[in-house]
Amino acid sequence: NPWVGLAYLVAGVLFILALRGLSHPTTSRAGNRYGMAGMLIAVVTTLVTHDLASLPEILVAIGIGGVIGFVIARRIKMTDMPQLVAAFHSLVGLAAVLVGWAAYLNPEAFSILLPSGAINPVSRLELGLGIAIGAITFSGSVIAFLKLAGKMSGAPILLPARHLINLGTLAAILGLTGWFMTDQAIWIIATITVLAFVIGFLLIIPIGGADMPVVVSMLNSYSGWAAAAMGFTLGNTAMIVTGALVGSSGAILSYIMCRAMNRSFISVIAGGFGAEASAAGG
Amino acid sequence: MDFIAILSIFVLACFVGYYVVWSVTPALHTPLMSVTNAISSVIIVGALVASAEAGSATAKWLGLAAVVMASVNIFGGFAVTERMLAMYKKKEKK
Repeated sequence: NPWVGLAYLVAGVLFILALRGLSHPTTSRAGNRYGMAGMLIAVVTTLVTHDLASLPEILVAIGIGGVIGFVIARRIKMTDMPQLVAAFHSLVGLAAVLVGWAAYLNPEAFSILLPSGAINPVSRLELGLGIAIGAITFSGSVIAFLKLAGKMSGAPILLPARHLINLGTLAAILGLTGWFMTDQAIWIIATITVLAFVIGFLLIIPIGGADMPVVVSMLNSYSGWAAAAMGFTLGNTAMIVTGALVGSSGAILSYIMCRAMNRSFISVIAGGFGAEASAAGG
Repeated sequence: MDFIAILSIFVLACFVGYYVVWSVTPALHTPLMSVTNAISSVIIVGALVASAEAGSATAKWLGLAAVVMASVNIFGGFAVTERMLAMYKKKEKK
């Protein structure tokens, strides 16, 4: 159905206009409206083009989430904004993990099942990466939220040999994702999920203080990449375009923020390199 | 859809994202972040597909949970951006 593709294209264009609009004070409110319109088109298109076995449940789910989101948005104090954004990111990350698992458990619904009864290996790669990025976004954002909300010490927590641990965990995640392409056993995807939750935690605990806004922006970028990975799995252009937009713009915004603070982008992202350097320098 | 076509769309969208935010005003960093956060809830499309299809009850409930989370983000994200932008507008008038 060509109309579906066209509708998702319109949604993608509206999201580009939203980001563009938010770059200037005069166009910012229009930008936010473009974003809402794009989201409405994406959701309605998906709802009308799928066999809905459970429409009432879906509408209730949207209603519950909508009311919670709206009430939080109205009541939150402006000074609590950074931790709110971090909390919102964690939801996108966890949603990506759940969608990835749902695709693994019901591959037919996502059209990623081969005639042989196995999941398409390329889709398994996308699922593995999507779940991993989503899980990193989730646990990283939870830590960022706890630190910004003052529920956890904002000071960097520096584990000994943390770079070695981080690199080892990342390598294990990538290795398991490669393995998952040849063997779709559930324990592999479960281990990827758990390791990714752990690395999200490890990546954020050594970062603290003034670097936190950059971290929130970087986690924003991760949530975009997770959405894009799921978009590849679904072959859904709206998700791919949006995920790529959020992913790259989030990375650039983090870079701009680092530059404004005169901090090295790499050291903030790698977590704690900067802390070491400033300790050595001071 | 063929993988290379999808990959092309992805790479081009990365470049659009790259160029679109370069000129952002520093005062708009937080609203921009909250609007991109709201937009990344497009993951709801995947959640809707998961919860709409029959076949696996577990997948359906995972999908519905993801729909709730993404909806919190969509409504909360856009509403909070609107509030922040309204505040900037008041400041300008003064």
